[in-house]
Amino acid sequence: MSKYHVTTTINGEPVEYLCETQQTLLDVLRNELHLTGSKEGCASGDCGACTVILDGKMVCSCLVLGVETEGKTVTTVEGIAQGDKLHPVQQRFLEYAALQCGFCTPGFIVATKALLDENPNPTETEIRYWLAGNLCRCTGYDKIVRAVQAAAADIRGETVA
Amino acid sequence: MNYFASDLKVVGTRPIRPDGVEKVTGRAAFGADYVMPGMLWGKVKRSPHAHAKIVKIDASKALALPGVKAVVTGADFPDIPAEEAFIGEGPVNFRDQAYNVIARGKALYEGHAVAAVAATTEAIADAAVALIDVTYEVLPFCIDVADAMKPDAPILHDDLFTAGVDPKPSKPSNISKRVAFKKGDIDAGFKDAEIIVEGRYTTQPVHQAYIEPHACVCAIGADGQVNIISSSQGQFMVRAYTAKLLGMNISNIRATPAEIGGGFGGKTIIYLEPLAVAMSKKSGRPVKMVMTREEVFRASGPTSGATIDVKLGAKKDGTIVAARAEMWYQAGAFPGSPVQPGVMCCFAMYDLPNVEAIGYDVVSNRPKVAAYRAPGAPISTYATESAMDDLARKLSMDPLSLREKNAAKNGTKTHYGPTLVNIGYLETLQAARATEHYRTKLGKHQGRGVASGFWFNIGGESSAAVHIAEDGTVVAVSGNPDIGGSRASIGMMVAEVLGVQPDLVRTIVADTASIGFTHVTGGSRVTFATGMAATQAAERVVEQLKSRAAQIWDIAVEAVEWKDGQAVPAGSNAGAFEPLSIAAIALKSGRTGGPISAEVSLNAQGAGPGFATHLCDVEVDTETGQVTILRYTAVQDVGKAIHPSYVEGQVQGGAVQGIGWALNEEYIYDKNGRMDNPGFLDYRCPVASDLPMVDAVLIEVPNPRHPFGAKGVGEVPIVPPMAAVANAIRDAIGIRLHSLPMSPPKVLDALEKGAG
Repeated sequence: MSKYHVTTTINGEPVEYLCETQQTLLDVLRNELHLTGSKEGCASGDCGACTVILDGKMVCSCLVLGVETEGKTVTTVEGIAQGDKLHPVQQRFLEYAALQCGFCTPGFIVATKALLDENPNPTETEIRYWLAGNLCRCTGYDKIVRAVQAAAADIRGETVA
Repeated sequence: MNYFASDLKVVGTRPIRPDGVEKVTGRAAFGADYVMPGMLWGKVKRSPHAHAKIVKIDASKALALPGVKAVVTGADFPDIPAEEAFIGEGPVNFRDQAYNVIARGKALYEGHAVAAVAATTEAIADAAVALIDVTYEVLPFCIDVADAMKPDAPILHDDLFTAGVDPKPSKPSNISKRVAFKKGDIDAGFKDAEIIVEGRYTTQPVHQAYIEPHACVCAIGADGQVNIISSSQGQFMVRAYTAKLLGMNISNIRATPAEIGGGFGGKTIIYLEPLAVAMSKKSGRPVKMVMTREEVFRASGPTSGATIDVKLGAKKDGTIVAARAEMWYQAGAFPGSPVQPGVMCCFAMYDLPNVEAIGYDVVSNRPKVAAYRAPGAPISTYATESAMDDLARKLSMDPLSLREKNAAKNGTKTHYGPTLVNIGYLETLQAARATEHYRTKLGKHQGRGVASGFWFNIGGESSAAVHIAEDGTVVAVSGNPDIGGSRASIGMMVAEVLGVQPDLVRTIVADTASIGFTHVTGGSRVTFATGMAATQAAERVVEQLKSRAAQIWDIAVEAVEWKDGQAVPAGSNAGAFEPLSIAAIALKSGRTGGPISAEVSLNAQGAGPGFATHLCDVEVDTETGQVTILRYTAVQDVGKAIHPSYVEGQVQGGAVQGIGWALNEEYIYDKNGRMDNPGFLDYRCPVASDLPMVDAVLIEVPNPRHPFGAKGVGEVPIVPPMAAVANAIRDAIGIRLHSLPMSPPKVLDALEKGAG
């Protein structure tokens, strides 16, 4: 079976890869590019552990084909921090203990970044509905929602240092 | 030594967890993130039938597919004797475990592994699975307990005779055992009662639904040495099961724990590792295996569904004089449901004179159940705490007052034997009453529910080590996979004993060759037992540090004190010396006796039991039957919260799993005995938009058997929620629902019929 050549941008870097037509973006990220931060919890778009940002839109990478990223821009969890400087969402997840096992965390971090890029002042209800596609079985979501609220305040510049 | 009365500088604070950055940046490596050079992908061929004789397995077509390197079936594994396992959580038999990992002779449930294949790519392995030709003779099956107990029910195991009954049955059946606990005189108790409530309750199996599917990568060399990297609740458990199931020496296996993406009890047993090792042996290459979500649902976990009868008798003043429960738990295809803890926990919150609690463990053609958070207790407690609510209503008594009146206290003898000590149950009731939540006014179609719960918590065998690095920084080593913050709690206890900042302590989880045996991460035992080992290791290191300082100063060791992370002279008589830091002592360790480190292995006893009381407010949509959680408060005695944020997280997470169990989660079977909803779309776990914030109220009644007073915290929070939600629905609509989940169709049906 011949493979497709794909030219794309991942986490700000130009990337080329070969993939088969049936390979999902998640499969490509994890098994071809060794970006294993995006997790596979269901492979059916129900758990959100594989969430990435594709041309500014939050998607489940298990529901996107690798070939579909041709000419597009992908941000994965590995691209959220700038070098060793954590994004406010990551910092607040740490401070608020918004993770226990940490498996769903990459998906939540990416989904939250996508939310705050679009709406830096979400209500609690908006946060809860935006994140309804991300399953967390450990936390009960309380600390996640609070971390998102705190990160949003940081991004709005309202946080008192 | 006990520290809980001292002035603590680290324990009780909320530092950032040591493994946190890796987890928010995607660098933490979970089971499926590992690869080995030259590895193959393994996949499992599973039975499509609920019950079938395996007549023939023809793998020739699969083996002829280019890229396929190995196929294994039950015939490739040794037949091992029936032997109670010394590992894992709950009663597990090594032979049952072996037969669950790969079927021999019969497939006992849909999803039961019958063969496995390893190939050069995942796609080839998938194609090869389809090419394995299995000839079945389909057998009659039974899914539900009632069917499984009928006289003409299809028998799963010809050698299964009900244990715990006299006389021993002459014929095999699907009832594997009967357990009974009695206290006082139950008949006299009910005779004495002025008010009686009773009811029958049913629950459905629910899955632990950890987001990370089971995953491993395994390799065996020509010398028989095995390396396993896998996601589990215990690398030592993985090692022992794999060795037993393959007939190997335990020491020939080195199991390295990957980060674990949730377990909740479901990863205290294994499914893949023996298959991967067997295929590695056949192919000479490492083998990686990862379950799909569908496989996780069909072939791993869940916990039992059950039927529970409850009867309570009380005096008019609310004093309970008799309590009886009889329950039948689904075990799945092999014996071993958590019915015994269910029977033991269901009345343990109360000081009752006359109790009878009886349970039956029943096999049927479902996946073998696995431990799930306080195994057994949430199921039976759903029934008994619903009955308590009915009793409070019949007595026109506040539900907290009824519980206070009958609450177990220090010195109360439980119906299953032990006498309770150092417990904080009454305190949880009092704290629940004091919440603003309990005073909030309710609107139309809204209701409030109260329920309590009990879980034993365990200690057990653990190992931990503390090493002082050459520059005086600290490495703490734990034998337990960190499932939700135990690196933080262990590192904090070590830092407290050493008198250093927690960020100077790097806590790691070691593989089976690098630390002494440690029982699984389960039973809410890690911070208690492994924390105790780590604390003692740190204390031994302090003794060494003092002795090294004494050598440097050339004074007696008794004249050295350890204070705020430094050695200081014990008084003016000891001499005038500048304090020595750990770094200063470490620098000279080569001249004072060598490296400074200690490893402690112990069998921790005296785990304090956990008590919780939950408050739940709901609103019922009477047109759709949907139940919305308006408010939720979970009060729990935690002994001492080492890292309060992660303790709150356990409480909140457990409560929300319970809410899912109460409202939506269930295994649904079709008429052919096949699961209808093996995915997160149809198996409905709670999502963020289903929930309000969950208030965790931590009560601290210290456990003197732990150096910092800690009690296990992870399990008891899932015990009260189902009854708390059911009681709230009862309050909102005036109807008692007797079956879980209380999903919209069931609530609507109850509203239409006017009865649950």
